[in-house]
Amino acid sequence: MAKAGEMADGSLRDKMGQAPLGMSAGPDPDEYSKCVHCGFCLEVCPTYQQLSDENQSPRGRVFLIKQVAEGALPLEAAEGPVFACLDCRACETVCPSGVPVGHLIEMSRGQIRAAQKGSRKSAWREQLMLRGLFTHPERLRAAGGLLRFYQVSGLRRVARAAGVLKVLPAHLREIEAGLPVVPRHHHTPPPLPVPGGARPGASGPVRVALLTGCVMDVLFSDVNEATARVIARNHMSVTVPEGQVCCGALHVHAGDREAARDLARRNIDEFLGSQADYIVTNAAGCGAAMKEYGDLLKDDPAYHARAETFSGRVRDISELLVEQGFDPPQATLDRQVTYHDACHLCHAQHIRKQPRQLLAAIGGVSVVEMNDSERCCGSAGIYNLTHPDMARQLLQRKVEDIPKEADAVIMGNPGCMIQIRAGLAGSGRETPVLHTVQLLDMAYRRELSGEHPSERQT
Amino acid sequence: MKVLPVTVIGELQDIVGRDNVIIDSHRTMAYECDAYVAEKFMPSAVIFPETTEQVAAAVRCLGKAGVPFLPRGAGTGLSGGATPLNHEVVISLAKMDKLLDIDYENRRATVQPGFVNLRLTKHMAAQGYYYAPDPSSQSVCTIGGNFAENSGGSHCLKYGVTTNHVVAAEVVLPSGDVVTVGEAYGDAVGYDLLGVLVGSEGTLGITTAITVKILPRPEAVKTILAYFDQVDQASQTVSDIISNGIVPAACEMMDQLAMQAVDKSMYHVGYPEDIEAVLLLEVDGLAASVEDSVQRVSAVCAQNHVRAFRTAHDDTERALWWNSRKMAFPAIGQISPDYLVQDGVIPRTKLSAVLKRVGELSAEFGLRVANVFHAGDGNLHPLICYDARIPGQLQQAMSLGQRILEVCVDMGGSITGEHGVGIEKIGHMAYMFSGADLGAQQSLRQVFNPEGLCNGGKVIPLPGACVESRTQTKGRPPVRPSGETAGMVAVGGEMAGPGPA
Repeated sequence: MAKAGEMADGSLRDKMGQAPLGMSAGPDPDEYSKCVHCGFCLEVCPTYQQLSDENQSPRGRVFLIKQVAEGALPLEAAEGPVFACLDCRACETVCPSGVPVGHLIEMSRGQIRAAQKGSRKSAWREQLMLRGLFTHPERLRAAGGLLRFYQVSGLRRVARAAGVLKVLPAHLREIEAGLPVVPRHHHTPPPLPVPGGARPGASGPVRVALLTGCVMDVLFSDVNEATARVIARNHMSVTVPEGQVCCGALHVHAGDREAARDLARRNIDEFLGSQADYIVTNAAGCGAAMKEYGDLLKDDPAYHARAETFSGRVRDISELLVEQGFDPPQATLDRQVTYHDACHLCHAQHIRKQPRQLLAAIGGVSVVEMNDSERCCGSAGIYNLTHPDMARQLLQRKVEDIPKEADAVIMGNPGCMIQIRAGLAGSGRETPVLHTVQLLDMAYRRELSGEHPSERQT
Repeated sequence: MKVLPVTVIGELQDIVGRDNVIIDSHRTMAYECDAYVAEKFMPSAVIFPETTEQVAAAVRCLGKAGVPFLPRGAGTGLSGGATPLNHEVVISLAKMDKLLDIDYENRRATVQPGFVNLRLTKHMAAQGYYYAPDPSSQSVCTIGGNFAENSGGSHCLKYGVTTNHVVAAEVVLPSGDVVTVGEAYGDAVGYDLLGVLVGSEGTLGITTAITVKILPRPEAVKTILAYFDQVDQASQTVSDIISNGIVPAACEMMDQLAMQAVDKSMYHVGYPEDIEAVLLLEVDGLAASVEDSVQRVSAVCAQNHVRAFRTAHDDTERALWWNSRKMAFPAIGQISPDYLVQDGVIPRTKLSAVLKRVGELSAEFGLRVANVFHAGDGNLHPLICYDARIPGQLQQAMSLGQRILEVCVDMGGSITGEHGVGIEKIGHMAYMFSGADLGAQQSLRQVFNPEGLCNGGKVIPLPGACVESRTQTKGRPPVRPSGETAGMVAVGGEMAGPGPA
């Protein structure tokens, strides 16, 4: 018997009875049926905390998805709440019945976007960013170059002084304030590949291929460089496969699964071709997305098996170091830091202990935990562009939770880094925002006191 | 379903603000039930007041227009107390979530109704205080909801239920009058109206501020996990512990199916697959007495052939064990698409006999039943597994539930320990009470809620009301295949069963 929403020929139609949805299969009934409506997710959901509306809670969203799938509500009833979800997956961390809320949300978004294809006026901006920019590494670098020119040529100073930025919406002004000065771009990142000596007794070094990531690559190439140095310092070799592209996380979150699949296939070819033992990223969002390539390509017979292999090799940098064993730095840093759990590290990848283990291994570093460290900062991919008001509320709360005594905020995701920088700047606080691996790198570099850090690379 | 008059909508918008009124059926549908999902009815609107005055003004407005209404907290109730049976306007108290006052020296805290139970304990942790009633949903459920349902929890064996901890409340009566009942300090003079209102399931008024007792944390706590090969051994242990004069802070039990479900979730303890029952016990108090109690509990367990007896090493392990127990209801989602939870109470000594009977009924109906319960006070929670997608299975599950409750009553117990009657158990009230008993309760409701507009049709069946008709005519039309849907939601189902007088 055909399920609700499924036509006799097996093709899916949207609930308005209109165009077939093609590849965009809707949310899986077996997934939403796991929800028993207990409501234990309400209190951890950032949007429910702010709005107190059942529709803006995980339980409410799963309920709407189910009602749409069963034909009790039209597709557009789910659109607002489903897109207002941060996809932070905090609900999955507490859900006793194991509802994969993030996946349901992503499938629902895919279904909604597929049904709206061509009819949505506001879509062009998102499309321009997702398909026009993020799928093309060279364009991203060019954009990064322009941004750097703007920041260092004096134009930014002039623009800020002349008040030109006031033409931008408030949320873009805030993000502009949070952007780091774009580092000068090196054609292939210069310290890479780094030959690493194998651990004593090992037949050869563990081979790591690094995803440089689109945002990381343009805005935080210094984090990538630190990542490579830290891997090499721990007896592993690093390569940066040249044909790699954006991981597709932003596309999956936005419901553009087609574009995400194209990107995934290109990365699978590139990285599996590199013969690396591990595919490593320092961006939580990228790690989570790449660990789910198997699911993304489950209906692609040519790629499914390879996607599973690929996903099995993906590691977050903190995960890799703890798993492979790392040398505690011999040098010390005198710092009191706090740690923010990026949603896609803690909720999506269950990585909480590893970054803290790395921090604890650095002599002189103490970690003062922040309240609700696992609550989303509001960055959430492009959420701070699509839902600036909610993003701002969550950022405000996050900044308030950052202990005053911390002299740095540490995290493992570039989106959070931009967002929290902007939030701290907006509150007049000068606390630096650093990636976990940057702090570790600082300690390693101090080991060779008196030696110029860059000399270590040669 | 009657459409809400435009003038009433306008007035409500004036009272609570436009953004705090939902009338769009695409958005009100999420409020058609609480955590009891077997019956659903569309609300005519949902409003979010932020002050006592707004609640009172909204209630007066609705009363004047003759529109039924009901209060709602987090919607975690398990008996349908917040289900809009008569297409009520749902008054969500989720935005009234402030901590109003805390007085450590006199051990009192005052909260708004939407304040989450566990948040109170977390807020006071650094000062060494906590709020004792701890329903399993305490991380989400609100103290207003606890007030309405007189919620219990794992630790009520030693510390009592909500009514033992609430000392005063501000309540908006169905007339719109705002009254204060009870006394924050000292004994209330006059009739014990607070006692009447706590546990009245939102049928006598809407609480807007609640003053509760807070307690200093016990000096020492020990948490124990005891595995038993047979259910009988575990139940005998429970009886023996109490008859030995030991008063544990908590004494919980889970059977094999419940253990299997929760072990599939992220709250995985790793129970041996072949044990029939586990007891989760906690003793607290002065450090010296706690050690002694652990020894005595251990001896009782040994007499009853316990397979393994463990005490939690640290707070992490203790938290995992407690989560495993507290998340056990919804963890049933790991093994079944739907479940119905019962809340029967029996004399502790009848535990083995009742469980045996529940097992027989489960086999007879062909539906799996997992058992999770507050064994220390004989409060059973049989979880009936069913699949709503299979035609007739929900009705089967409800019939089985009814049979189980009848067994509880026949053994000298009751149909509810802590989840409330709501709409779920209203049909069982007549099995437990005589017409005169119910009449006396009905008369009391008449005093507070003469028009029957405030959460009507719940708790006490009206004389002659036919509950069967309600469960057969569901509040929502059956699911349609894909195709046109717009507009149908607003229509809702025909109002059936006991409505407001």
